[in-house]
Formats: sequence, structure tokens, C-alpha cells
Amino acid sequence: MIKFIEYLQTRMKTVIMVCIVLLVCIAAFAAAVDKSHAHTWVEQNIPFFWSIFGFCAAAALIGIARWFGKAGIQVPDDYYDHSIWLDDSDK
Amino acid sequence: MTGSFIHPALIMIIGALLVPFIRGPLRKPYLILIPLLTLGAVISNNSLNGSLATFQFMDWQLVFGRVDKLSSVFASIMALMALIGTLYGMHVEKTSEHIAAWFYVAGSLGTIYAGDYLTVFLFWEMMAFSSVFLIWFRKGPQSLKAGYRYLIIHTFGGVVLLFGIMLRYQAVGDIEFSLLDVRNPELYTWLIMAGFALNAAVVPLHSWLPDAYSEASFNGAVFMCAITSKTAVYTLARSCAGMDILVLLGVIMALYGVIYAIMENDIRKLLAWSIVSQVGYMVAGVGIGTELAINGAVAHAVVNVLFKSLLFMGAGSVLYMTGKTKFTELGGLYKKMPATFFLTLIGCLSISAAPFLAAYVSKGMIIGAGFETHLNWASWLLMLAATGTFIYNGVKLPYFLFFGKNNCSEETWEKAADPTWNMIAAMVFGSALCIYVGSAPGVLYSMLPYAVHYDPFTAYHLAETLQLLGFAALIFFLLVKYMEPVDRLSLDLDWFYRKGGLFFLWIAKNPLEWFDTAWSEVYRVVGLRSVMSTAKFWSWFDWNAIDGVVDGLARTVRGIGGRLRVLQFGQIQYSLYFAASFAAVILIAYILLQLS
Repeated sequence: MIKFIEYLQTRMKTVIMVCIVLLVCIAAFAAAVDKSHAHTWVEQNIPFFWSIFGFCAAAALIGIARWFGKAGIQVPDDYYDHSIWLDDSDK
Repeated sequence: MTGSFIHPALIMIIGALLVPFIRGPLRKPYLILIPLLTLGAVISNNSLNGSLATFQFMDWQLVFGRVDKLSSVFASIMALMALIGTLYGMHVEKTSEHIAAWFYVAGSLGTIYAGDYLTVFLFWEMMAFSSVFLIWFRKGPQSLKAGYRYLIIHTFGGVVLLFGIMLRYQAVGDIEFSLLDVRNPELYTWLIMAGFALNAAVVPLHSWLPDAYSEASFNGAVFMCAITSKTAVYTLARSCAGMDILVLLGVIMALYGVIYAIMENDIRKLLAWSIVSQVGYMVAGVGIGTELAINGAVAHAVVNVLFKSLLFMGAGSVLYMTGKTKFTELGGLYKKMPATFFLTLIGCLSISAAPFLAAYVSKGMIIGAGFETHLNWASWLLMLAATGTFIYNGVKLPYFLFFGKNNCSEETWEKAADPTWNMIAAMVFGSALCIYVGSAPGVLYSMLPYAVHYDPFTAYHLAETLQLLGFAALIFFLLVKYMEPVDRLSLDLDWFYRKGGLFFLWIAKNPLEWFDTAWSEVYRVVGLRSVMSTAKFWSWFDWNAIDGVVDGLARTVRGIGGRLRVLQFGQIQYSLYFAASFAAVILIAYILLQLS
């Protein structure tokens, strides 16, 4: 398995191309599939709806998490070891 | 015992108590035998139905063996988990770790089979007090503190639950553990729900989970990831099905966990956040409360035990071999841990609901139930969370752990290798179950509480899933530089009690201690002296004034007596002389008086 992974790593452009072709195939499959049992109007009427949803949702979540972290949620790893309320004997 | 009901918790407890006496070559077979017997007992119980193993205790009837489809499916997965977890940690020499783990499983099985609140509470606390040792046994720099925080939070949750149980008993007059009147909730309904919700890590009562699970021992975390939160889901499904607020809380959990998991640098903490997110689906399903939703919640709990334990086993293997858990100290490990990589990847894809793997057959039931009950907002947000699950668990975890930038130190790289055979065997077992359940869910569906009319293998579901995963993966690799883990801690709601605790400690050690010292000094300087002076004055007053009056008479009498005593001590002739002289003087004076 290690050799196979290394083989793929040496041909990254081909791997990327295969992945893109796969995505196109998935989209084509999604366009062809019967949507009559879909739960909502948007699923039935917007082409490639879940492709767009997956793309936008992932981008939004990554963006929100990054903004959230930068907004002060992410702090140094030893944050709780340094506090004005902590004496040296407590560390 | 009643009928042929065999309580599997009893097997685990007796088995745990005997572990110290089983040594040498018998130890490993014994460690497998007891979970196997437990699983056998659960399978045997699955054929039963009703309230079994009942005991009269004071005015209450305690039910230790309530067997129905809901309890049977949860007991089955917990017993299976005991087997997988024990196999994974079979080589651990520390006897106490096995004892703690088995008592923990016993607590879960006891809760699941309990038919009354008193029995629930008994086993509920057994879970909390045994599992904390799985954190302490790691003996990491933060384990002790994390364990104490875990214990305090769970004790608080236990008290809330007990308070709810007592109020309910006062109002209703029985202790039967059954569905509460969630449409007309009383204070006790909220308290019981909150007590259970705390163990399910429902936001905002969730912070204990990532805090504790990331600090547990490598095999302790495998038990912990499967047992507490899923047992809590069982109790919520039993008592709070259809409680509207749980839909909102479940959705918040699902998204909250995703955001924190995306930010996380510690692999086990990432997986802990993933539990919060995945249990969110189950809580939402319980809140929706329809047959499809409850089936979905139960099915997702079962598969969650399988893939989550597999993921924690993978992360535990990395910890066990390298001693590291941070992305920023790991990376590129596929070369050194190929089997671990492959098996962990199955877990990653299983949790992402990839086709024909575990969550593919369960997650859609909950989301579908949301759409069917016109809770579209909930279903859309759960789909959003599902995309996030794939981002952090399906791609980020395997990519930055096994590929990506190699951040390993020379020492870490040297240590990295696939773990012991039993750890690999447990992961193979877990992976096989993930594939089996995801590909052939018939057995799982037959165990669910209600008849299943759901087919996950439709072309539309397949297309939906492939699109979601495929295009989410695309955006991950386009934005991969923004996903690069950083060695930072993400502040959470535990900030309030961790900082609050520090503040309390500071208050106790500084202003309060200073005041106490100052007060002691003031007392010593001012208080003590004035008290002594006052005491001396009163002593003097007592001696001279009060005692002077009383004792003065005595002293006067004593003085006269002393003088008389001196006189008495004179010679007899002097006394006769004085007496005769005195008498003569009196006689002469009388005669002279008569003559005149």
C-alpha cells in the first residue's frame, strides 16, 4: 500500500485529473437520477443542487471556523497555565 | 433474577472483581471470556420481553431487567463495545484499568436495563465514578485536573437528575422510568432532561467531553467515546422523545461540534468534538420524536459506537506508539503506520456517511424525519453539519495525520509504527462491522424500536451523498492552507468554570487569606491583650471585691482564730494567772462598789 501511495504521489497531476473527471461523473449521475422522491422543491428543480450545497457549505464552514478562531477563540496552548489568578505554586 | 434473565452488568462486575486474581497466561483469555459471556447474556435476553428481575425495596419496586426493543439494541451495542474495547487494551498490564472499564460498561448496561429511576440513578453514578479513573490512569500532565473537572461536572449532573427524580416522585408517586409528559413539562421534566442531557454533552453542558476524552488513557478513551453519551441518548429516547427543545439543541450541537473540530489541533480532541456533533443528530432525532426519527437516532447511536470507537482506536494507536496527539507534532505517518492509516480511514469515511459505510444507513433517517415533519430548517442545518463532518473527519484528520507536512521529531518518527496485534485486531473487527452495517443494514434495522420503512440504497441518496462529499473534498483541497492546524487552544464554555475556579482559588488564597492573617494579627495584638487585661481585671475584682466580701469574713474569723490560737498555745499557769487576776479585779471592784 505504501508503494501504491508513493506511486500516486509521483503522478499528482494525473490523480488530480482523475478526481476532476470523477466529480464530473458524479454531477452527470446526479443530473440523470430520478428526483421525484426528493424532500424539497430546491432539490427537485435546481440542477446539481447537492454539488452546489456541498461546495458552498464546506466553504462557509471553513470560513466561519477561521473567523471564529481569529476572533479570539484560539489562544496559546498553555492559556490556562498563565492567569493573573494563578500563583506560582498552582502551576 | 427472574425467569431466564441474566443481568450482563452482574457478569461484568463479578468479572471485574476477579481480574486481580487471574494472572499469568490465563489473564488474556479471561479478559476476552468475560465480555463474551456478557455479550452472550445480552443476546439471550434479547429474546425476552417485559419487566424482569424485580425487587421490592421499601415502598418501591426496583426493576433491574426491563427488556424491550429499545433496551435490547442499546445493550447489544454496549456489550459488543466491551468486547472490542477489551480486545484493544488486552495487553495493558494495569489491572485497575480493566476493572474501571468493566465497571463503566456495567454502569451503562445497568442503566439501559433499568425500569425505575432509582436503579437508573444507581448505575448512572457507577458510570461516572468508574470512568473518571480511565482519565486519571493516563497520568498525563493535565489528566488529574481534567479528571476532577469531569467528576465535579458529572456529580453536578447527578444531583440535578436526582432532584428531578425526587420532585417527580413527590408529584406522581412512582419511580417508573418511562416517557415523561413532554407536552406539558413540569420542573422535574426539565431537571431530568437536563441531567440526561449533561451526559449526552448537549450544548451548553458539553465542555466536559472534549476536556476529558482528550486526556484519557489510550484505551480508556475508546470506552469513553462509546458509552457515556450513547447511554444518555438511550435515556433521552426513553424519557424525552418528542420534546421540541431537543431538536434545536441537537442542531446546535451538530454545528457547534463541527466548527470546533475544524479548528482543533489535537486529534483526540477533534474526535471528541465529533462526538458532540454526532450526538447532536441523535438528540435532534429524539426531539423530532416520530418513529422514523427515533429509529434514526437509535441506528445512528449504534453505528456511532462502531465508527467512533474505531476512530479513537486509530488515534489511540498513534498516541500509544508516538506519545503525541497533535497534528503540529505528527504528519506523514502512512509510511510508518500503514495498517492504522487504512483502518482509521474506514472509520473516517464511515462517520462521513460515505456510501456503504456505517453512517450512510442511519444519518439519512434523522434528516428525512425532519423533512417529513416539516422541520426543514433542522434538516438543512443537519445537512450543513454533515458536510462539515466530512471536512474535519473525512479529510482533515487522515490528511494531516497520515499525509500533509511531516511535523514529527526524529524521536517521534522513530517510535511510529503499527501497534500490537490485539490493537490491530480490534480495529479490523470495528472496520468490518462498519462495512457490514453500512452494506447490509438488515440486522440493525430489525433491532430498531419500530418497523423500518427506509431504504438508504436509492439512486437519489447515492447521488446526493456523492455530490456532497465530492464537492466538499474539492473545496477542502482548494482551501487547504486555511485548514492547516495551528498549535492553539480553542476556548469553550468551560472557560467560565475553569476561570471561575481559578478566580475562586485566587480569592481564597489572596484576599480571604490576607484578611484571615490580618484578623489573626489584630486579634493577637488588640483582641488578645484587651481580653487578657479584662480577664486580669475581673480576676482581681473577683478576688478582691466578690471574694473579699465572702472570703473577708472567713479571713477575719481565721485571723481571730489565729490570735486566739496563739493565746491557747500559752502555758496553763499563765492562763490561770490571767483568769484569776481578772476574776480578782472583778471581785474587788464589786466589793468597793457595795461599800460605797
